Amino acid sequence: MALTPHDIARVANLARLELRPDEIEQTLTQLNGFFRLVDQLEAVNTDGVVPLAHPAAILGEVALRLRDDIVSETNQRDISQTSAPAVERGLFLVPKVIE
Amino acid sequence: MSTTASLLDKLVNGYEVVIGFETHTQLTTQSKLFSRASTSFGAEPNTNASAVDFALPGALPVMNKGAVQRAIEFGLAVNGHIAGSSVFARKNYFYPDLPKGYQISQFDIPVVQGGAVEFFLDGEKKTVRLVRAHLEEDAGKSLHEDKELGAALGQGGMTGIDLNRAGTPLLEIVTEPDMRGSQEAVAYAKELHKIVTWIGICDGNMQEGSFRCDANVSVRKPGAALGTRREIKNLNSFKFMQQAMDYEIRWQIEQLEDGHAIQQATVLFDPDTGETRSMRSKEDAADYRYFPDPDLPPLVIGRDWVEKTRSEMSELPRVMAARFVADYSLSDYDAGQLMQSKATAAYFEAVAVGSGQAKLASNWVMGELTRRLNAAEQTIEQSCVSTHQLSGLIKRIADSTLSNNAARQVFDALWHGDGTDVDAIIEAKGLRQVSDSSELEKIIDDVLAANAKNVEQVRAGNAKAMNALVGQAMKATQGKANPAQVNEILKKKLS
Amino acid sequence: MNTVASNFDLHDLSVFDLAAKLAARELSSVEVTQHFLARIKTEQLGAFLATDADVSLLQAKAADVRLAAGERTALLGVPLAHKDVFVTRDFPTTAGSKMLANYRSPFDATVVSKLGIGPGGAGMVTLGKLNCDEFAMGSGNENSAWFPAKNPWDPTRIPGGSSGGSAAAVAARLVPAATGTDTGGSIRQPASLSGITGIKPTYGRCSRYGMVAFASSLDQAGPMARSALDCALLLSAMAGPDLDRDSTSLDMPAINYATELIAASAHNVSATALKGLKIGLPNQFFGAGCAPDVLAAVRAALAEYEKLGATLVDVDLPLTELSIPVYYIIAPAEASSNLSRFDGVRYGHRAATYSDLNDMYKKSRSEGLGDEVTRRIMIGTYVLSDGYYDAHYLKAQKIRRLIAQDFQKAFTQCDIIAGPVSPTVAWKIGEKKSDPVANYLADIYTLSSSLAGLPGMSVPAGFATSQAGGGMPVGLQLIGNYFNEAQLLGAAHHYQLATDWHLRKPGGSA
Repeated sequence: MALTPHDIARVANLARLELRPDEIEQTLTQLNGFFRLVDQLEAVNTDGVVPLAHPAAILGEVALRLRDDIVSETNQRDISQTSAPAVERGLFLVPKVIE
Repeated sequence: MSTTASLLDKLVNGYEVVIGFETHTQLTTQSKLFSRASTSFGAEPNTNASAVDFALPGALPVMNKGAVQRAIEFGLAVNGHIAGSSVFARKNYFYPDLPKGYQISQFDIPVVQGGAVEFFLDGEKKTVRLVRAHLEEDAGKSLHEDKELGAALGQGGMTGIDLNRAGTPLLEIVTEPDMRGSQEAVAYAKELHKIVTWIGICDGNMQEGSFRCDANVSVRKPGAALGTRREIKNLNSFKFMQQAMDYEIRWQIEQLEDGHAIQQATVLFDPDTGETRSMRSKEDAADYRYFPDPDLPPLVIGRDWVEKTRSEMSELPRVMAARFVADYSLSDYDAGQLMQSKATAAYFEAVAVGSGQAKLASNWVMGELTRRLNAAEQTIEQSCVSTHQLSGLIKRIADSTLSNNAARQVFDALWHGDGTDVDAIIEAKGLRQVSDSSELEKIIDDVLAANAKNVEQVRAGNAKAMNALVGQAMKATQGKANPAQVNEILKKKLS
Repeated sequence: MNTVASNFDLHDLSVFDLAAKLAARELSSVEVTQHFLARIKTEQLGAFLATDADVSLLQAKAADVRLAAGERTALLGVPLAHKDVFVTRDFPTTAGSKMLANYRSPFDATVVSKLGIGPGGAGMVTLGKLNCDEFAMGSGNENSAWFPAKNPWDPTRIPGGSSGGSAAAVAARLVPAATGTDTGGSIRQPASLSGITGIKPTYGRCSRYGMVAFASSLDQAGPMARSALDCALLLSAMAGPDLDRDSTSLDMPAINYATELIAASAHNVSATALKGLKIGLPNQFFGAGCAPDVLAAVRAALAEYEKLGATLVDVDLPLTELSIPVYYIIAPAEASSNLSRFDGVRYGHRAATYSDLNDMYKKSRSEGLGDEVTRRIMIGTYVLSDGYYDAHYLKAQKIRRLIAQDFQKAFTQCDIIAGPVSPTVAWKIGEKKSDPVANYLADIYTLSSSLAGLPGMSVPAGFATSQAGGGMPVGLQLIGNYFNEAQLLGAAHHYQLATDWHLRKPGGSA
């Protein structure tokens, strides 16, 4: 199924991307080109196949590693904010958020 | 039968209220869910945040075992199923207090599945079924100028982001829409609050946001399909909870009565106006694009871990209440009342055992002691009357050394510290109840002699005069006589 | 230094030889470092994004102190450079994106500190940061936000990607070795197109902590150098568990991959060096889609392997072609989420003007992110969005399992799988830029093993002989089963003892 300009607009908004009209056109063509490849997947029978989210799971069950509940990080505010666009009183500044 | 009956009792202008809860309980871990930064409250902005919490490029999450431990404890406390394998998923949306642009949560397969919370409401046993409880990370805080900061930020018109809270472990507990009224919903919230603080997985501090409730409220005509629900967000006090739901219920019924349909919405409660108002809904909030977090393999919890936890958990409120009913023949209601906190229950049990008078112990703990503590805004741990002292006091009531009135005077003395030994106080204050009848008869003879007039009237059948004589006799014993006994003797002498 | 340099070209020394001369104190780390810094200063290939002579020389001095103190570790004092997706304290990290212009990380990637001069590190000296496709998305290094890297064998051609700067720098002798990352072929393909050796280990073998994430379930770091032995030396230092930082890091002890190889070098190449080694050839890797030039070189290399005692068997990887759509669903899906953190709030580019918060997000991201990255975020967001998740993302993850299972079947018939890395040699800069899907198709031979999480490498196997081929290098791809990096490196090393393709130098380089 081909994408529509509306799909592109919806997805761009979800991803917080701003596309110029000409970019929307180009993206639409390119994505439709790509999704023609994707359509081949429908032919593959995947009944009862478990999705593989982690490569290691192919060799057996993988389990999340758990760490002990210990605090070992100290204040790193200053060094972590050196590349911040706007900071005041240790806070990251953004345009007013209205709830 | 009985359910329909109790249901109809709760109709509001002919509408049935349906409420479900989602509660975010902040877990009592030292470090965050996926980072080793501290979870402590009230630090300078952005000083309790690591590379993971700032979502710096290259940072990766590593799971906190303490949070899983607490989830298991909660699951056991509510008789839920603890999933042998559960999955962390990414909930994708843009918000300044969400540093990664996604929240790590659980979606398809939560760690705790099912379970129930039981409690009493007006002596009636209620059961609220749980859908699930899942682990997730908290977001940071958006501080708005003036309001929180008391000053403008930047050139004004800015919001400040503090990520100290970002990544703090939450257990989100979701109920079925089982509650049929605001009181029932508040009672559920209080019971849940009791459970999580009782087992120690949450500090229960609602002011600091450790226990935040969202209420999904809808109304319908009995038997009709579920109405459209509106979600009241972030209710962080039981008082507001009640007010918010009552307002919302009234508002929804008015809307329907006026022929307006309810639109699904997320609303906030404004304590100042006592009203709920619809939030500016987050754009495309509907499409979170959940998918399993590729940074985190499945959370695997072995039966041995669950069983070890079960064996190490302290007695749960509902179990202890049942035991109190069985061992101390208390009513379900009294036993339930004593479960208001672990300390209260323990205090009661010490007094019940020490005095051998469970019923009296329960009355005194929930009565006089609680009244005093509330007045002094103290917790039972701070009580200046020890369990040993209260046991002694109750013993003296049981062997009718003390009248209730006298017992209250003794308690008062203990409370104010004028004396520490119950018997010593009784002697010092001469509060021993006089029950030696020969002594009483002698006193009463004097009273009769001194009040010939009343005696006449009594004989003439005047009941009031009888009371006057009783009063005289009590006065003559400085209240130490047992009134019943006095009555008896008078009747005998005057018949 | 000149006296030393007169005996040989310092920059032609392998990592192994440099380490030996440093250990023997015939060279100092400072002179080696100065030599490479001088070459880098004048390089015309666009291989480097950042250098800092003071930082590098300080590290070299520290290495010399340790050498003087008698420390003798495999890599002490040898310089290298890092692909710009590894975050570094001492150099800026941009991941080839405007979004991270002037970004400075407060911490080093685990791989960087394991190789570096710091405590517990291998003691290597960092010469700088290497060019790459933006956020490692690309196969020609043309998606770098800064400038394309060029192929030393023909500067009008791409060096491959996304680790193009790494490949170009190693091939041009600007560095003895470099780090790279491989998500769908980003180490193997540029190694092949630039005529060097590179290995992508088993997923999880090297820590991902400090790698700017592209696709979390696929990203893997690896070494790029001129020989299998040099790769083995670096991999031994890079690999190993990072249990405290990376939940997907394999809990397996670090291995010294070099020991056996060094032993093998000591003996003369015997005809039976690889006796018993079964090499599987998937017919899907030798189809019409592959340039004759490339096939010829690969077949010649396989003949060489037979001489060394290996036997060739046919294996079947029926889903090879579908690995392209499967990969280009899964990788962009993960990328769309991983790149959401680039929102202009805590670091990175923020638009100069915007009307409100959402406008700030959109302008900052659109100004900061390039076309290919934008395209992949769009694809990834779409396949995860409401109503498309099952048909696309979930379907792809299921076929991913089938692809991985096909490999396990194949490995019951053989020890390693061989074929071309890329269906063509390096193409001309600009040639494919307009057609993203054509670029995706060119990844056909590297994607399936990436999806399975298997180790794979590229070994120089000759040059294109046709006009169109322009005499560009061709790489042989070797794919091993999980955790079998040692076997891959061994097979590559014996081939390199018997051949000299890996010793050839680009003519007009530097």
